[in-house]
Amino acid sequence: MEFLVSEAKLISGSRWLLLHAVAVFAFLYLPIAVLIVYSFNSEGVGGFPPHHLTLGWYRTLFADGPIWDSVLNSLQVALAAMAISLAFGVPAALALERAQFPGKALFRRLVLLPLILPGIITGLSLLMLFNVTGTKLSLVTIVLGHGTALISVATTEVFAGLQKLDRAQEEASLDLGANYWQTFWRITVPNLKLPIIGAALLIFTLSMDEIAVSFFLIGRDNTLPLEIWGRLRRGITPEINAVSTIIFAFSLVAIVFWYRLRMRGESAAEAGTELVGAVEEEAV
Amino acid sequence: MSLLTTPNQTTLKAADQAAPTLLSIRNVAKQFGKNPVLRDISLEVAEGEFLTILGESGSGKTTLLRIIAGFESASAGEVWMGEERLDRLPPYRRLVNTVFQHYALFPHLTVEQNVAYGLRVAKRPEAEIESRVAEALDKVKMSAHAKSKPSKISGGQQQRIALARALVNRPRLLLLDEPLSALDANLRRQMQVELKSLQREVGISFIFVTHDQEEAMVMSDRIALLRSGELEQVASPREIYGRPATAYAAQFIGHTNLLQGQVRGGAVRCGCLTWSATIADGTALFSLRPENLRVVAGKTIAAGSVRVRGKVRHRAFHGATELIRVECGDGLVLVARTPGNDGVLDEVELEFSAVDAVRVRESPERL
Amino acid sequence: MFSRAYKVAVAVPPLLWVTVFLLVPYLLMFCYSFWSVSASQTIQHSWNFDNYLQLLRVDVYWQTLLRSMWIAVRVTALSLLLGYPLAYFLSFYAGKKKDLLYQLVIIPLWVSYLVRAYAWKTILGSDGVLNTLLQYVHLTKHPLEFLLYSPFAVVLTLTHIYTPFAFLPIYAALEHIPRNLVEASHDLGATPGQTFWKVIFPLSIPGVLAGATFAFVLSLGDFLAPLLLGGPSGIMISNIVVSLFGAAYNWPLGAAISLCMLVLVVGLLFFSERLEKKWSFS
Repeated sequence: MEFLVSEAKLISGSRWLLLHAVAVFAFLYLPIAVLIVYSFNSEGVGGFPPHHLTLGWYRTLFADGPIWDSVLNSLQVALAAMAISLAFGVPAALALERAQFPGKALFRRLVLLPLILPGIITGLSLLMLFNVTGTKLSLVTIVLGHGTALISVATTEVFAGLQKLDRAQEEASLDLGANYWQTFWRITVPNLKLPIIGAALLIFTLSMDEIAVSFFLIGRDNTLPLEIWGRLRRGITPEINAVSTIIFAFSLVAIVFWYRLRMRGESAAEAGTELVGAVEEEAV
Repeated sequence: MSLLTTPNQTTLKAADQAAPTLLSIRNVAKQFGKNPVLRDISLEVAEGEFLTILGESGSGKTTLLRIIAGFESASAGEVWMGEERLDRLPPYRRLVNTVFQHYALFPHLTVEQNVAYGLRVAKRPEAEIESRVAEALDKVKMSAHAKSKPSKISGGQQQRIALARALVNRPRLLLLDEPLSALDANLRRQMQVELKSLQREVGISFIFVTHDQEEAMVMSDRIALLRSGELEQVASPREIYGRPATAYAAQFIGHTNLLQGQVRGGAVRCGCLTWSATIADGTALFSLRPENLRVVAGKTIAAGSVRVRGKVRHRAFHGATELIRVECGDGLVLVARTPGNDGVLDEVELEFSAVDAVRVRESPERL
Repeated sequence: MFSRAYKVAVAVPPLLWVTVFLLVPYLLMFCYSFWSVSASQTIQHSWNFDNYLQLLRVDVYWQTLLRSMWIAVRVTALSLLLGYPLAYFLSFYAGKKKDLLYQLVIIPLWVSYLVRAYAWKTILGSDGVLNTLLQYVHLTKHPLEFLLYSPFAVVLTLTHIYTPFAFLPIYAALEHIPRNLVEASHDLGATPGQTFWKVIFPLSIPGVLAGATFAFVLSLGDFLAPLLLGGPSGIMISNIVVSLFGAAYNWPLGAAISLCMLVLVVGLLFFSERLEKKWSFS
């Protein structure tokens, strides 16, 4: 289908496109590359070229207590936020994809709004809520903030998964004698396994990195990004580079894993649909 | 004179010897990775001819069409149009247009704009575009829908627009990739007739791809039967039907009985059947069409005829005729076509003329 | 097909949560914007329009908002310029490598915002990588000051962050275009260039609109990049809000500005959605 490339003859226009693509990738990865390189630099974060390469900053990092406390906090928050987002996001997706009810359009917009709204608005509005109700700011308030903001991620992922699910499978189940409840648990949910896992992974990663909403809802305990933020105010050391490199490595693994899951889900769904189609054709 | 016709319109003859060659496909082969899809195809298409490339899915017919259109390039071989090498040109420089299987109408343009597309791209003057488009739409009876968007018209109507969009450019050759497959049976039959008469009127060569053998027979001047990337037989519908070259050709087009026989001294023996034929000794395969098997009563056997008795095991009603399966003993089962208004029969006597048993080549499996 | 009980079980819990934690907070923000803060730093629940009037009268708010919008416009334009050709390349020219390249584009998206903004800070500073590199190869003698703590730094960083955001919907829209339309266009005599402008681009417009909206809205409301890299000349509207909730302690005024932003964003989203529908043809 992409006959231009498969013919291995790049016409002049596409040569420029290739160049542009390379340039954009360089732009996207350059800062990250710099970050990683300088995490090994003994002399600080600036200064070209980097001199003595050392693992010293990583050693400092591992001995740094407050950072690891904040990592623990972030992990707790991420897991709790994941639970909330999925608990409310999955039913929301089901409601939007399957059911018709008054106010559905408004509901959809409301659920998806935090996805595109700048974090400051979500964070501040929740701050006002907690202020009015007299709730003290703490990791709990952060969990509530993340959970709310990330429901939209769970909803979008599961919604996409539901759309790929062939109705014919559920209809076959009903035809064979299972009721709606049984069909839901035996057919629908297993097919949603992959989107749910994918959503969980995404929510976890986003929560670990989240700073905009957390900024306003922080109490005594810091999450990792806010701990780093605090350090930045005091002065830059390559230790921050080191922790950033580690964050990058984890995010990389998480996202690649999430993508693979998604692709596997898509081909499984396609295979299922093809199977149904083939059986239908035979029957005709 | 219609603006759609080409100059030098030649009178169409069934055989292509009278008309000059328009397209010459020479030893074209195509591989996708390790998978050979087309092997050594050579074919000539005459001016003004309606040629159908017929084959099952996977036979390579669409690939061959796409090579002619320019969307794929051949792994080997050449395609010539007149004196010019066609396969060296990108699709936008070939004087060939395509009617796509799913029409491929541009959804963001109106019907009119769709049809005008090729002319606009060629920067023809506005007045010319307007009149040619109007005429093309009139030809396919879609003038009333000129300002509609493709999403608002039916499948059959979209198909006509796709046709108009291609023909308005006055290509030397029109390619049609299973254009009728998405239509339901009645509309399909109607369109077959319309397409055929359109082709006659416009006078350019059509290469039509389909898997439907009935469609091929109804519309074509010649049929090129493709199997697993090779040409089984290229001939007019009558010839392919009456004198199939291979077992596959005999079975793919219409119904047939394939009889495996032993030849000794000019006599063919197949189970309980015997007839004479001037063939060398050895095994031979024969194709016998059901309509050549007549239900008879009476004792006199005509010269050159063969008779056989059997029990009727199954009958299929086809409206004007019936197809009956007759078990003749020795494991021989014959399918015969009888007029539909016969009474119900249990045992029959069938007769066929020896000349109707056409010798065909084997069709070995191709990987 | 679905019973009432199912609908209730599935729709009500999220509805409740979203009402409590989204709708009510917005409403609270609405209320706060009409209150005021007293000299003793307490919030008085007296209803008035003072905050809004202040927004209209005091220059700094106006100017900052305009500057923020201008920055957002530049970020959006650059993100589209970078993102569209990339998406086009991936969709139509990348062949088997398409999947891998797509992953490469989305990976930076999920690598901590803070990490990436910080990285630019280390690159652009007067002692940073770029300046010392330029001096090392003798292209400049003195560090270029404008690189950091300026609108330039903010635009650069935000473009870096939001280009993948712009890329995603454009790529999705391009992938959606049936390839036989491209073949049909070629078949009718249009070169790849003509095919792009007459067929591909028009059909990708909803994706472009979505990408532009993402980039614009998110960069408009950004406060981290300006805080890290903007300096005094790079302050954006969200920074003002942050300070009003912090040191400058004026929650009602901050709420008023936030509400204006919310209304602006929702309005933009609505407008963009209408436009997208108008340009969508499938």
